[in-house]
Amino acid sequence: MAKALLLFVRRAFFFSMIKICKTILTLANLIMGLEIEQPTVGLSKVAVSETHGEDSPYFAGWKAYDEDPYDELENPSGVIQMGLAENQVSFDLLEEYLEKHSEASTWGQGATGFRENALFQDYHGLKSFRQAMASFMEQIRGGRAKFDPDRVVLTAGATAANELLIFILADPGDALLVPIPYYPGFDRDLRWRTGVKIVPIHCDSSNNFQVTPQALEAAYKDAEAMNIKVRGVLITNPSNPLGATIQRSVLEDILDFATQKNIHLVSDEIYSGSTFSSSEFVSIAEILEARGYKDSERVHIVYSLSKDLGLPGFRVGTIYSYNDKVVTTARKMSSFTLISSQTQHLLATMLSDKVFTKNYIKINRERLRKRYEMIIQGLRSAGIECLKGNAGLFCWMNLSPLLKTPTKEGELSLWNSIIHDLKLNISPGSSCHCSEPGWFRVCFANMGEQTLEVALKRIHNFMEQKKTETN
Amino acid sequence: MTRTRFFRSRTAEPDEDTIPTTNRSGGGGTAMRIIVPLQGVVQGRGGLFLGSVIPCALFYFFQLYLKRNRNDQADSDDSNSQNQAPPSRSGSEGQLNELSVFTRSTSRNLVSPRGPSGRAYVSSRANGIVKSGDSPYFVGLRKVIEDPYDESGNPNGVIQLGLAENKLTLDLVEEWLVENAKPAILGGGGEELNISGIATYQPVDGLIELKVAVAGFMSQIMENAVSFNPSQIVLTAGATPAIETLIFCLADAGNAFLVPTPYYPGFDRDVKWRTGVEIVPVPCRSADNFSLSITALDRAFNQAKKRGLKVRGVIISNPSNPVGNLLDRETLYSLLDFAREKNIHIVCNEIFAGSTHGSEEFVSMAELIDLEDSDRDRVHIVYGLSNDLSLPGFRVGVLYSSNENVLAAAKKLTRFSSISAPTQRLLISMLSDTKFVQIFIRINRERLQKMYVKFALGFKQLGIKCTKGSGGFYCWADMSELISSYSEKGELELWEKLLNTAKLNSTPGSSCHCIEPGWFRFCFTTLTERDIPVVMDRIQKIAETCKSCS
Repeated sequence: MAKALLLFVRRAFFFSMIKICKTILTLANLIMGLEIEQPTVGLSKVAVSETHGEDSPYFAGWKAYDEDPYDELENPSGVIQMGLAENQVSFDLLEEYLEKHSEASTWGQGATGFRENALFQDYHGLKSFRQAMASFMEQIRGGRAKFDPDRVVLTAGATAANELLIFILADPGDALLVPIPYYPGFDRDLRWRTGVKIVPIHCDSSNNFQVTPQALEAAYKDAEAMNIKVRGVLITNPSNPLGATIQRSVLEDILDFATQKNIHLVSDEIYSGSTFSSSEFVSIAEILEARGYKDSERVHIVYSLSKDLGLPGFRVGTIYSYNDKVVTTARKMSSFTLISSQTQHLLATMLSDKVFTKNYIKINRERLRKRYEMIIQGLRSAGIECLKGNAGLFCWMNLSPLLKTPTKEGELSLWNSIIHDLKLNISPGSSCHCSEPGWFRVCFANMGEQTLEVALKRIHNFMEQKKTETN
Repeated sequence: MTRTRFFRSRTAEPDEDTIPTTNRSGGGGTAMRIIVPLQGVVQGRGGLFLGSVIPCALFYFFQLYLKRNRNDQADSDDSNSQNQAPPSRSGSEGQLNELSVFTRSTSRNLVSPRGPSGRAYVSSRANGIVKSGDSPYFVGLRKVIEDPYDESGNPNGVIQLGLAENKLTLDLVEEWLVENAKPAILGGGGEELNISGIATYQPVDGLIELKVAVAGFMSQIMENAVSFNPSQIVLTAGATPAIETLIFCLADAGNAFLVPTPYYPGFDRDVKWRTGVEIVPVPCRSADNFSLSITALDRAFNQAKKRGLKVRGVIISNPSNPVGNLLDRETLYSLLDFAREKNIHIVCNEIFAGSTHGSEEFVSMAELIDLEDSDRDRVHIVYGLSNDLSLPGFRVGVLYSSNENVLAAAKKLTRFSSISAPTQRLLISMLSDTKFVQIFIRINRERLQKMYVKFALGFKQLGIKCTKGSGGFYCWADMSELISSYSEKGELELWEKLLNTAKLNSTPGSSCHCIEPGWFRFCFTTLTERDIPVVMDRIQKIAETCKSCS
């Protein structure tokens, strides 16, 4: 009896000791500054992490714009948005089409087909829309590559497409090799929820920021040194922020490298329809076709209508993969990011109209080229040089001669004065992880020509002022 | 004696997933394993104290040291760095959609690179999926697509009773669209078309006008018992990403949520797949009409804790899927108390709130948090237009929360699943048409009730018991008398018979993780009244063959 009592007392003692231990250790946690058991209900690491990157200058500039946006009439001295890669130069073509073809947006007279459409939530996507996307992608490449509609996976935007692919191709803690400079959004899209890392492939202005086999090897070794497994290379072709297509030989090198290391190759070709001339763009699909699709199951293409058609609000992205497993999985995962069936219907009608698409692609290219030339001339006359570009909605401007110190801080202080004195929101190269300070990305397609003139004039005046200062 | 006690508790959960034993700070359980042997060593008054505190402290500090190092290396979460992926995880990812009938013994199978000619690696998430291929959900779906029932054209085809689509009131929506769609999407009123309103980048968490319209709609649906604040809404492309986004915000990989069973099969995908979060099922029994028991929740919470699982919250559905129960005010209050006591979240999936058809009053969780200030941070509501407005294709989901931090994170996360702008514009018009909404809600409820009553009656006449449902699109029927063996296997055999012989695609209870075999979920909103006798007839034929077998 006494023994049982003693046992009971000891047990009680233990449990209270354990409680004391726990409190001591919670305090220890606090002191060490690690995760604490919050008195308020806790959130996840994803929720509290900074990986969304929205505190970087790339986004800070947008805040400045939001607070004081330029308007031709109402606010002519406001901040001009030149940090948003949006294509507004060909809206009239879209509007014209929609005016003439109202059945696209309203399911025709009496809304026939509406019911099926409203209930349609199959992650395979509307077949007609997939076919239209595949043929549109072929048209953009001048028919030099074929696309199979059954390999098209639909997502709500390229942002979702990129993230989804990474969820499939890599595990948390693995790495992707990405050439710098790259689109600032990748830090968030490729890393945040996936837990995957980005290891940069170093490129510099000595060869126009092209990727070299040496740089690829070096990046791979960097990852190895950090004990991280590399799962793939992700390139953007045409490049953001460089505004230039990747040359055929470089693409071949990258594909060979990926094959040799047995890793994936993701080619984000979201600006493929925004090359100023069709013949200058070489898609990875063309290279694969030339090689007879040998070993192609490591290649995946991301595309979207946000840039080429100027419809980012529609949220239309695709993954085109040559790997059956990836296609199947991506399809199922796309349940988290389906495109509205209404939008699919609308765009299927529009993109199946080959006459319309051919015309659109041609005119859009022309207009972008004209804009590009306008801004290049304007900048040149102000004494600013840009990287030779041939695609995209922006140019890669070199302001390194203006830096007080050739460092990231110098670049940011210049950027600050551009925002506050020039009232232009442009994107500093450091937010694109560029290794050389002084480069800036300047968008030119998200505004009217008059606004662009105003921006160029401001830059001109600024440069004049700088010249007189130094003289 | 203490050791025996520990073992006993370990064997108490036969139907739980095996969970990897990782270096988690397991509180009492793990500490005990160290202390008990040492107890005998240390004698004397102070010795007992030191004997327990010191090893305990050392153990914990050692763990922290390991955790820190692992963080430096991999910069990832504990459970993620465990590469011996728990069979449970990859297996259940495999059955990612609707039905995870085949349980979790598939081990992770890497397609390992064999060299330059080897096939490139695909992550563990992908591997699990590809094996699932032929789960009952897909088999059933395929059969319906290949041979769909049509009253006149194909009277012997497969009738779809497994997919939640509400066809009962679509005609009203169609009517509205015929009159109002064009100006709604492209703006107009006779002026020139201006596409920049819908073409350009929009706020990722939805247009403010749509948030206002949705908040109003939700209020109307719940008979104005509660008003929703538009600035606490995050819009997503469907309720599926709404749930996933919420889980990403509330839990880390390896954490768990308590979910009463039977539950919506889609949760296995939405809650677990990419997040790495676990579901701890909390069984509900037919004896209680499958109602939620706080005792059962408490028990499940403690069991999870013993296994070293950190429970982050409870996920409930109200009205529930598949049973169709409504949670009454008292239960909701008890749930709130429970969550407060354990300091966890409540995720309330109210996606069928507008599809209630009984006489019971629907009480939204939002009503309760209006009053209780302290609990505002822990309650989150998920909603969507797929069911109540019959527009699953348009992809409109709602995440509603009063927790500022959750809202801030969710607003950023929803960029991966934003609603298409033209659809937003269309719905702003539709939902702002309050007269239309009022009529729609009323007629929808009437038709749902009528259908449900007829359908349930049909079962009753066959002698098959259904739970009394008050909301949703389903009849939850007890067909246990018809199955050959009282097990999951017997249930699946019956399911197959129903699909291949009776040509009816239903959802077996095992896909909903019901612990009692023999329950089936039948959706009645894809039918017309004339189809009901056809369905009942076919079930009767099967019932007769089953009875003669057993």
